[in-house]
Amino acid sequence: MHEHDVLVVGAGGAGLRAAIAAHEEGADVAIVTKLHPVRSHTGAAEGGINAALREGDSWEDHAYDTMKGSDYLGDAPAIETLCKDSPEETIQLENWGMPFSREDDGRVSQRPFGGLSFPRTTYAGAETGHHLLHTLYQQVVKRGIAVYDEWYVTRLAVSEDPDPEKRECHGIVAFDVQTGEVAGFRARNGVVLATGGPGQVFDHTTNAVSCTGDGPAMAYRAGVPMEDMEFIQFHPTTLPSTGVLISEGVRGEGGILYNEKGERFMFEHGYASNSGELASRDVVARAELTEVNEGRGVDDEYVHLDMRHLGEERIIDRLENILHLAGDFEGVDGLVEPMPVKPGQHYAMGGIETDENGETLVSGLYAVGECACVSVHGSNRLGGNALPELIVFGARAGRHAAGTDLGEAIIRTGRTEDTEIGEVDTPVAPGAIHAGDTDDDAVADGGEPRADGASVVPEPDEVVERALTAENRRIDHLMEKDEGIQQAELREKLQKTMTRNVNVFRTEEGLKQALRDIREVREQYQDVYVDDPSRTFNTDLQQTIEMRNLIDTAEAITLGALARDEFRGAHWRQEYQERRDEKWLKHTLLSWNDGTPELWFKPVILEGEDKTYEPKIRSY
Amino acid sequence: MSTPATRERESTEVDAGDAKPRSPHQDRRLQEKATRAEQSQRESEERAAEHENTVEIKVFRYDPEVEEKQEPRFDTFHVPFEKGMTVLDAVMYARDHYDSSLTFRHSCRQAICGSDAFFINGRQRLGCQTQIAELDTPVRIEPLPHQEVVKDLVVDMDSFYEQMEAVEPYFQTNELPEDELAEQRQTRENREKIKMGTRCIWCASCMSSCNIAAGDDQYLGPAPISMAYRFAMDEREGEDMKEHRLRIIEQEHGVWRCQTQFSCTNVCPKDIPLTEHIQELKREAVKKNLKFW
Ligand SMILES: Cc1cc2nc3c(=O)[nH]c(=O)nc-3n(C[C@H](O)[C@H](O)[C@H](O)COP(=O)(O)OP(=O)(O)OC[C@H]3O[C@@H](n4cnc5c(N)ncnc54)[C@H](O)[C@@H]3O)c2cc1C
Ligand code: SF4
Ligand code: FES
Repeated sequence: MHEHDVLVVGAGGAGLRAAIAAHEEGADVAIVTKLHPVRSHTGAAEGGINAALREGDSWEDHAYDTMKGSDYLGDAPAIETLCKDSPEETIQLENWGMPFSREDDGRVSQRPFGGLSFPRTTYAGAETGHHLLHTLYQQVVKRGIAVYDEWYVTRLAVSEDPDPEKRECHGIVAFDVQTGEVAGFRARNGVVLATGGPGQVFDHTTNAVSCTGDGPAMAYRAGVPMEDMEFIQFHPTTLPSTGVLISEGVRGEGGILYNEKGERFMFEHGYASNSGELASRDVVARAELTEVNEGRGVDDEYVHLDMRHLGEERIIDRLENILHLAGDFEGVDGLVEPMPVKPGQHYAMGGIETDENGETLVSGLYAVGECACVSVHGSNRLGGNALPELIVFGARAGRHAAGTDLGEAIIRTGRTEDTEIGEVDTPVAPGAIHAGDTDDDAVADGGEPRADGASVVPEPDEVVERALTAENRRIDHLMEKDEGIQQAELREKLQKTMTRNVNVFRTEEGLKQALRDIREVREQYQDVYVDDPSRTFNTDLQQTIEMRNLIDTAEAITLGALARDEFRGAHWRQEYQERRDEKWLKHTLLSWNDGTPELWFKPVILEGEDKTYEPKIRSY
Repeated sequence: MSTPATRERESTEVDAGDAKPRSPHQDRRLQEKATRAEQSQRESEERAAEHENTVEIKVFRYDPEVEEKQEPRFDTFHVPFEKGMTVLDAVMYARDHYDSSLTFRHSCRQAICGSDAFFINGRQRLGCQTQIAELDTPVRIEPLPHQEVVKDLVVDMDSFYEQMEAVEPYFQTNELPEDELAEQRQTRENREKIKMGTRCIWCASCMSSCNIAAGDDQYLGPAPISMAYRFAMDEREGEDMKEHRLRIIEQEHGVWRCQTQFSCTNVCPKDIPLTEHIQELKREAVKKNLKFW
């Protein structure tokens, strides 16, 4: 068994920042990651990091913009923490050598971004994420922090107790992708989950293939709720065949959207008569899909984004990267043809419920980054607000996990006197199917309760050992099963139904259909097997385990979307075209208790440190 | 000096080769597997006959643990072609539809994670960045040359990472501003100068293409030297640190091994002028009168 003070699962921006922070507090830290750190998806971020750095700007303005952008579904204590800590964290990156773009006086450059009342987006060319990821990894190398790379984490080692709030996380179980060895990892102080987004739940996404929602699904099965999962951001301009993102910069520079008939539909069909192509992301995404649905899409699938009229010189000067993307990934030369684009899944606003110190309701378990929901984005994330989330909350969770006192959190996790039980009319009981492997449906992932009842608290090592045994059983089962169904088939089915039914447009019947399909996939998953008999670099095995996580994540997204009968931020429901503050100023939570998903709600916190944010109508 | 990050990979009982005797069950699986492979090969050929528009790919196969794959071979797959299809799309299709044991690294699909560098039609390229339509068929896909093959298209990257870490690839300076909200100043020109060097995605294509690196496993190699360039030329680190960095790349297996063959520069998917960086470091070293190998 490996043993460290703090274990960080995932090595994107959030995980690396957490590891550095814990190390600085003197903890013995190790990072366990399924990809080598520099392969993490944070590297794909383009636009920038929001931080109030300059005179004339303030963290209060940043907080106000963020609260409004969230459509009043963000929690004020989290948002204020984000905005207060972001300047120092951003400058910290500069001090670590990050190659930011510069002003004439040598200071870091800032630019305007959607939804911000001040140009406060700090950036490094159009490759901000790449530089952030590499700068943080460099600091990890410098400090000699241990990295178990290409180790896939499959399970949390959490002690058994009927009440999730009394459970403790003592470690994880992972396998070495290169050799197939399964091992237990004991964490003396805490485990920080930083596993990134769940984009692979959809078949058309800007997210990497590795973004499979592993963190939320593992935490969920260990008793931690998933929060606000229905809020998925769809980006309006992604390439049809791959989902590669075409930056908002193209429309910013004057790029035009046309339908199949050559109409400039944003104006001609009245979607946004004032701002046209520059309307907010959700508005443009809905407009494009309406065009396609009404038969005016190109090849019945996408629309055209044209930048030819900008002229070669300007394109090469400001949008060179886009020419490469369109050429390499779509085989289209943006100088001579319009580029095909359609909306694609881009970001998950929801995730593992945490407080502003990154802690979940299970003690010793933390979550940060896109896999977490500390609730800074609410129902709609502003561009440039995810990267500061990684560094701000990454640092806080790392410090807290290392034992530093950050003061009591204002956001409360788990059930409180304010909790309201949710009810929703589902066509099937989505989660009640056992998944072939015996222990997966145990209350916590730590194995069976002791015969002599809860009075005996197991030793932490024992909790990890039991999780390891359970995981070995599951993997052996998958490997030894001779025939059945393969994960690729199930994955395709799940992704298709999600894209068809839980996309930009959502209807009650569509969501119910998705739940039926998810249930069917879940049932079929009991019969899944791994065809590759080799333990060496068995990606078939890894993807099969990921598939289980996709099912749980997809289900949470869909169930949340069905429950929320209103239109807020990125969540559009055909039957309910308005925000319903009187009913819905609250978060949706989904808990996995005894194999049955339970839905409940908790109120949004609109009270900040010294003011309360009053909900206003967000007009388009 | 600080220690490089450790990559922990401990020995295991299920090591490659025959370290652990195979169970009769696994033997049976292996046989079934072989039969299935043949069958899927047949199906794939049938499909090719049906579909007008398919592309033929020949993929390198090897697995030390599986008997029929211990002897390296090429498998042929016929994949339905679509406009915009990349080499990565094609191998993913083959894996998802014909043979789930086909193994390769990949993640971002957009030339930024650096994990799918393969040897495609005789050249190092990123699978996700290479359009099928631009290649001669059948498309031959092999693991990166001069790296040890772990399985199919997956190569062992540890020695590459070690070389990267040998140049101390992290920012070091003793002169940070006192105010925690104050940044260091860097001129736009200086940022431009180091910009290309900061674009490296650690794909190892350049290392794999370099004849010198192939013959001398201690040669630092193009990507690590360019990484050293990125820091040595960063004005924020100061002169003392620059000298320290120049000494690292001046060592026996450093910049002077480079014979300016340009193969690294030719294959780099991020267009980093590697040879130029190496040449400039040589000139700097001469200026500073450092030891000449
Ligand atoms: C194309 C694109 C552009 C974007 N642009 C911007 C922008 O301009 N500004 C902005 O603020 N935000 C942007 N975002 C959003 C932002 O980049 C992401 O939300 C953020 O990078 C996620 O970081 P992370 O650290 O949470 O996860 P990731 O970077 O995805 O890292 C996840 C890590 O977890 C590991 N992992 C996952 N599962 C396991 C497991 N089971 N076992 C072990 N390890 C595991 C992975 O190996 C990886 O290291 C963009 C996103 C995309 C997709
Ligand atoms: S320098 Fe270029 S080819 Fe070499 S590792 Fe970096 S990105 Fe790859
Ligand atoms: S898949 Fe990331 S570089 Fe090709």
